[in-house]
Amino acid sequence: MSTLVQVNQVSKIYYRGTIEIPVLQNLSLDVPEGEFMALMGPSGSGKTTLLNLISGIDRPTSGSIVIAGTDIAKLNETQLAKWRSQNIGFIFQFYNLIPVLTAYENVELPLELTNLSKKEKKQRVEGVLNIVGLSDRMDHYPKQLSGGQQQRVAIARAVVTDPTLIIGDEPTGDLDRKSAEEILNLMDRLNREFKKTIVMVTHDPHAAEKAHVTRHLEKGELMVNGDGK
Amino acid sequence: MKIPISYNWRNLWTRRLTTVLTVVGISLVVFVFAAVLMLSQGVTETMVATGSEDNVIIIRKGSNSELASSIMRDQIDLISTFPELARNKDNQPYGTGDVVTMINLSKKGSKDMGNIIIRGISSSAFELRPQVSLVNGRWFKPGQMEVVVGNRIAEGFENIELNGQIEIGSKKWTVVGIMDAGKTGFASEIWTDAELILNEFNRQNAFSSFTFRLANMKDFEIIKTKIENEKRLQELEVKQEQKFYLEQSEMMAGFIKGLGLVITIIFSFGAMIGAMITMYAAVANRTVEIGTLRALGFPRRSILTAFLIEAMALSLIGAAAGLALASLLGFVSFSTTNFGTFSELAFGFSLSPEIIGYTFLFAIVMGIFGGFLPAVRASKMNIVNSLRAGG
Ligand SMILES: Nc1ncnc2c1ncn2[C@@H]1O[C@H](COP(=O)(O)OP(=O)(O)OP(=O)(O)O)[C@@H](O)[C@H]1O
Ligand SMILES: [Mg+2]
Repeated sequence: MSTLVQVNQVSKIYYRGTIEIPVLQNLSLDVPEGEFMALMGPSGSGKTTLLNLISGIDRPTSGSIVIAGTDIAKLNETQLAKWRSQNIGFIFQFYNLIPVLTAYENVELPLELTNLSKKEKKQRVEGVLNIVGLSDRMDHYPKQLSGGQQQRVAIARAVVTDPTLIIGDEPTGDLDRKSAEEILNLMDRLNREFKKTIVMVTHDPHAAEKAHVTRHLEKGELMVNGDGK
Repeated sequence: MKIPISYNWRNLWTRRLTTVLTVVGISLVVFVFAAVLMLSQGVTETMVATGSEDNVIIIRKGSNSELASSIMRDQIDLISTFPELARNKDNQPYGTGDVVTMINLSKKGSKDMGNIIIRGISSSAFELRPQVSLVNGRWFKPGQMEVVVGNRIAEGFENIELNGQIEIGSKKWTVVGIMDAGKTGFASEIWTDAELILNEFNRQNAFSSFTFRLANMKDFEIIKTKIENEKRLQELEVKQEQKFYLEQSEMMAGFIKGLGLVITIIFSFGAMIGAMITMYAAVANRTVEIGTLRALGFPRRSILTAFLIEAMALSLIGAAAGLALASLLGFVSFSTTNFGTFSELAFGFSLSPEIIGYTFLFAIVMGIFGGFLPAVRASKMNIVNSLRAGG
């Protein structure tokens, strides 16, 4: 498998006033195409920070991040926004659906940034809602759906643009066991059936088991024992 | 590149209480703004309707109202001989020498007095002013102590009713008729025979103005030059009647507009700050949402636009509501002192397409000022920080 994500010698320092908060130090990580990777580690170890850098919503203090051949640290803000819309599918812990939009409209939202025709949009939205099993809930607003259902809408929104990489920050962190299981199965299916590359942060060992490989982050550094299965 | 408009509507709907309060604030300011313009327009329309397009009025130079003007009987006779004047089949010119003066009468239901214009007219006055018609009683008889009053003052003053007695000069006069003069200044006047007024006020042969019709309005410049070049008519000024009244209205319309607009601009700051607070609150409440939209790839511009549209929607709904309210004023008419002559003048609020246009423009400006800073704040947010705001 070729390498899809190359994180090279990346450091990230946050500043609170004049105080430096070093979060990541010279971190390197390769994610092969088609991988389903879990990132674990104690709270504050920098997992979210790493995901933010890979997904292009934050910039490294030093180092480079190359995804599918693009060095995203070199893109300007507008280019980066466009790049995200085409390459990254986000799944958030708290779903982050737009409360005033229906399930259908939430899923359609990322397609507003494409040139697809109305008909093509409709086909795609209905297609992914079908995959996540919510065809009968299209017109429901987020607050009319359970947490698990909302997260499935969010997954539909993450894949509707057919992104290069799916990023999940504790996607099951707010869900009960059963719903979490459904979400993990869905992600597993996206990985196997639709060949999606997934990087997921989780605190749940059970969730990490679904992934092919789990990496551990501690104090901004990756542990060497990548336990690939 | 754009966030669907339904997103804005539903957000406004979701927080409908604040939306309604903000809209009410804006609509009140818009209401005052539109009302001021409508009032000023009403004054202008009343004055313009008073004059006819094809009448010419002659007054003394430099007197901006008929009250301050005088023109002598022999001057009127001289002008009447000019061939440019329109004539009836008896070869008499259509012209009226008017004597205009003011009397003081008590208003109905209060101790206040009001100044009312008395206009003594000559034979052709009715032909020259077709907008005036009798609605009750009869016209006065020349040489009799009789008057006909305008409908607008009949409503507001004591004893101004059919067969009522009013004091003009040293004598009692009888009201024999009530005339409808539409929305013109004549509706706020009392009319009688010019000769009697000349006599009563000891004016000898000094009329106030001479109004006549030209056989052909194209001759206006000719007659103007003729009068200006005639030695005996040197101190007189020739004007189109409508223009004369329009000029009279300008001072009052301008005063209403000026004062009113200063007040609305002060009010509008209140409404803009209200809109701004509402929008800042909306931005704060939707921080995570903004971060999410940005993460999905929507550029800063889209966020800016979305929030500006929301502010603009607030102000446009406010404008529509304020205008709807203001349009009800069309049914209201009132009487106030005409600052040009210090006499009573009745007029109404008048809505025009221009006023609607200006009002919406005003509301849009309020929307932009109220919504801009919050929208900028929303668009400037850092993605990572706004996403963290929810966790
Ligand atoms: N925008 C920021 N400004 C300042 N400090 C930050 C910022 N983001 C993260 N940090 C700090 O960086 C460190 C790592 O944060 P991060 O969110 O990456 O941890 P995490 O591994 O995701 O933790 P958790 O499991 O609790 O989500 C923390 O000490 C955090 O306080
Ligand atoms: Mg985290």
